[in-house]
Amino acid sequence: MATMSARITTQDVAHVAQLARLELTEEELERFTGQLAAVLEHARDVEALDTAGVAPTAHPLPLRNVLRDDIVGPSLPRAEVLAAAPSVEADRFRVPRILGEAP
Amino acid sequence: MSAPTTARGIAAEVRSGARRAVDVVEEHLVRIEAHEGDVHAFNLVLADAARAQAAAIDEAVAAGRPPGPLAGVPVALKDNLCTRGIPTTCSSRILEGWKPPYDATVVQRLAAAGAVFVGKTNLDEFAMGSSTENSAFGPTANPHDLSRVPGGSSGGSAAAVAAGFAPLALGSDTGGSIRQPAALCGVVGAKPTYGLVSRYGLVAFASSLDQIGPFALDVADAALLLDVLAGPDRRDSTCLAETAPSASARLGEGVDGLRIGVVRELADAEGLSAEVRGRLTEAADALSAAGAKVAEVSIPAAVYGLSAYYLIAPAEASSNLARYDGVRYGLRAGRAAGTGDDPADVSAMYTQTRSAGFGAEVKRRIMLGTYALSAGYYDAYYGKAQQVRTLMVRDFEAAYRDFDVLLAPTAPGTAFELGAKTADPLTMYLNDVCTIPSNLVGHPAMSVPFGGGSDGLPLGVQVLAPALGEAVMFQVAAALEACAPPVPVSPMRGGSR
Repeated sequence: MATMSARITTQDVAHVAQLARLELTEEELERFTGQLAAVLEHARDVEALDTAGVAPTAHPLPLRNVLRDDIVGPSLPRAEVLAAAPSVEADRFRVPRILGEAP
Repeated sequence: MSAPTTARGIAAEVRSGARRAVDVVEEHLVRIEAHEGDVHAFNLVLADAARAQAAAIDEAVAAGRPPGPLAGVPVALKDNLCTRGIPTTCSSRILEGWKPPYDATVVQRLAAAGAVFVGKTNLDEFAMGSSTENSAFGPTANPHDLSRVPGGSSGGSAAAVAAGFAPLALGSDTGGSIRQPAALCGVVGAKPTYGLVSRYGLVAFASSLDQIGPFALDVADAALLLDVLAGPDRRDSTCLAETAPSASARLGEGVDGLRIGVVRELADAEGLSAEVRGRLTEAADALSAAGAKVAEVSIPAAVYGLSAYYLIAPAEASSNLARYDGVRYGLRAGRAAGTGDDPADVSAMYTQTRSAGFGAEVKRRIMLGTYALSAGYYDAYYGKAQQVRTLMVRDFEAAYRDFDVLLAPTAPGTAFELGAKTADPLTMYLNDVCTIPSNLVGHPAMSVPFGGGSDGLPLGVQVLAPALGEAVMFQVAAALEACAPPVPVSPMRGGSR
């Protein structure tokens, strides 16, 4: 398991930027790496805590599945929803091609 | 120009017909017209819509229909709350111009209660920040001193109330985004118990932490507003099913016999000014003199709150903000000039849209969260932070066995200069050190104005309560308000500096 001891590198930041679909300039990459390193460095204080056997808390409430009867109700008006989209064709969201198929 | 009164006062006068809602809204629009250019509290002022809403309230009064508990009261809405057909930007380029096809539940409830919406308020982009400087549309200024920040992320809402643009406003609080700006602007701000108020229509930042809550000029007004907002909602599965206890139930009962704990780790938090610590001691002494049993209490895990929060909140944000992809709403970047042709493939569209649409702080948080969740780091960062959260829950449980409510500072100091902390994100994050624990455990907490600093700017003291302890929290807050030293009032609202 990785520890927090390794300082985040520009390669790491470039990798997470790519995962998050963000494009960074060289200058941004340098700046963000330093800033993220400072935040992660501060976060290292939790490493000292003994948390062996402590269950994680993901949510402040005891979450339970919420079930309800399947009742047909009105949906958002299609025209209103599509009106907010950047590009629409034949009542659908239009996007550039997804795979390398012929256009 | 007549002085603004409380929401309670306005609603009572409008209901009785002593004052017309259209006149109330006009008085506030005049004040907005005079000072909004300096403050920039709003992304959008809804002058005509507000006049129409007010006229409808007056008609209801004239016709003998009940106009609601907030009849004719101007309310400002943080611009991350969805308003049907009205732009909702989250102060982000990526949502610029987007008009939601539905109203947030809180917006519906306010409208049904007779409130009049005067505008959508500025915020740090997607509520990520503590100064409202991370807005794509420029910062908001503090109405007490235009060279200072109003705090954040709900800085526009706090400033709107402090400036007298509206006696009430809504904010959202993920790590202190209601309480910290309330303290810096000298108004009351409350984060309710997680699940007390529906989040339906609140644009998500960190879903296990976000809560909507009230800003007001005094404690009773904040309680009145919260009571309108609270309650089950089938459209938010994390909204509590039980009926909430009224926040107003115990106002005016004093604090005689209540056990109040001063949280040692927050009173000694890193970066806290001596002045803030002094005011906290004064507040504790005043409550003790009023009959409360005040003692120090330890929440050992609170020391780790900031670290845990800045792993958990970005992790949740990185997931929530994946939805901004240029497909269904908002910005789509990378289109060719002239032809308007889309980027060559969908991946390029995602990347160009998100890179152009998000500001620096949002990008930082998304990357921080993506990193904390990524293979090889998940256990060391996100997993560890979740365990800290458990320790904090246990610490608070232990504290509430001995105490009814807890006391802490709200913010580390008074409002800082615009630009003072923008270069160093970590310094900015330290603003939230005293407010974060309540979000991590899902408990209610609120900031009450408590005098000012030597710079003449307001300061706040924070009251924390166990889950669904709103009634006792507001009870103590009202007592604190009653014994507080004079709180600075913005010149825009008739104060002097």
